[in-house]
Amino acid sequence: MKFLISLHINPAVIDALTDEERAAIGAGHGTFIEALKASGELIGTQALVDPSQAAVVTVRNGQPVVTDGPFLESKEFLGGYYLIDCENKERAIELAGRIPDAAIEGLGVEVRQVMFSDGQLEA
Amino acid sequence: MTARGFEDLLRELTPQVLGTLVARYGRFEGCEDAVQEAVLAATVQWPAEGVPGNPRGWLVTVASRRLIDQLRSDHARRERESATAVEVVPEDVPDTDDTLVLLFLCCHPALTAASQTALTLRAVGGLTTAEIARAFLVPEATMAARISRAKQRIKAAGSSFALPEGAEREERLRVVLHVLYLIFNEGYTASSGTELHRADLAHEAIRLARMVHAQLPEDGEVTGLLALMLLTHARRETRTTTAGDLVPLDEQDRKHWDRALIDEGLGLVKESLAGRTLGPYQLQSAIAATHADAATAEETDWRQVHALYLILERIAPNPMVTLNRAIALAETEGPAAGLALLTTLDGDERMARHHRLLSVRAHLLEQTGDTAGAYEHYRRAAKATASLAEQRYLEARASRTRQAPGA
Repeated sequence: MKFLISLHINPAVIDALTDEERAAIGAGHGTFIEALKASGELIGTQALVDPSQAAVVTVRNGQPVVTDGPFLESKEFLGGYYLIDCENKERAIELAGRIPDAAIEGLGVEVRQVMFSDGQLEA
Repeated sequence: MTARGFEDLLRELTPQVLGTLVARYGRFEGCEDAVQEAVLAATVQWPAEGVPGNPRGWLVTVASRRLIDQLRSDHARRERESATAVEVVPEDVPDTDDTLVLLFLCCHPALTAASQTALTLRAVGGLTTAEIARAFLVPEATMAARISRAKQRIKAAGSSFALPEGAEREERLRVVLHVLYLIFNEGYTASSGTELHRADLAHEAIRLARMVHAQLPEDGEVTGLLALMLLTHARRETRTTTAGDLVPLDEQDRKHWDRALIDEGLGLVKESLAGRTLGPYQLQSAIAATHADAATAEETDWRQVHALYLILERIAPNPMVTLNRAIALAETEGPAAGLALLTTLDGDERMARHHRLLSVRAHLLEQTGDTAGAYEHYRRAAKATASLAEQRYLEARASRTRQAPGA
């Protein structure tokens, strides 16, 4: 079963962390990625640039209009994701619990099953 | 010989060759790699130079050579560290079929179901890692890691290449059947854009089930599982429209069910029910046979279907079985009786939010004339399912209740 584990970050929360704490998060993700690769459960993972770098595209009367993002008026933004293929939802939840973000107040780790997939998987 | 012919021959020989090697040399992991290389060599050489007189012997020889090369280079590496004796590799090839032993090994309890499935398809089914990856829609590297991890686990568990004895053998056979059932279901679940690969998985599961049945013709559950697969597969053409929309059982065009598969399946059901034991696959195949026996949906013997679900519920209690029994009960005693049985599932936390419970309740509410309730449950079921085809179907049913008179 495929699941998307999305990481919802709050830039203010990240900024308030010490350098050591930020480094520990980075190292934690590295360990997590290696474990997922070895078990054959990782399909892919991506991290996104800061939400301040987002461009919001709208088309009005056929004309595209681009404004500086982000689109959502929110404290939390999509920071990145893990796309995994594992046994069941319980396993996906267990894996999500190993992501360092899950242990930090103000950062969100969300698990949702994938309903449709297409495109080249041989990355 | 056609490309398909080569492929079928190689797939059939792969587990036999692997079985022979593992029985001889142990080292499942190394043997598996060596056999894959030999199969690859055959794929290249046979179409150009013709199939050798003894294709199995050819594969065993080539695979053994690869394995010996591997052992020698491993040994040379170890030799640099410590002095050990060179292992003598026997040359003769025993003519036994160890496919079953191999299948039992791939379904080792130390592995997750996903790993058992992948390893079975590769070692026994003779599929390449790339093919398995495509069938499960994951990158090849992901599948390669999964298979490699599975082989390591088996090695670490210290398994011997022999059939387990007594109760353990019985237990392992259940796992084997479950893995084959999972492979079949994966192939049977319609999923957008991937039908082709998935149909291959259903074929593969049937082929493997036939193989097990040939080795254990007396086992009622093996026969039952094969029958269940054949009877289900017989309906594949009528399960979806050309646009990919689901067609429920009562609306399927029964003229297009595969008669040859049904006849074979019915024969197997009869055979399995004549035995001394009765298990879940036998009962499920008997239910599928009852549906296959009905020339039209109206002629379905729902009393028999209900009775079979009742026995199934007793020997293998499971909320999904109760759910299916409620459908049969609604057919014999009316939708209110079916709905009453469904309420017994509401206490089950996992079932309460399950899309199957919501959709069955929606169907039964629709039959009682409660279109508002049916609409509500169809919508909730559509939100709860992870299948696009099913979601489209449920949304369409929901819209239909809105158009019905009195809605």
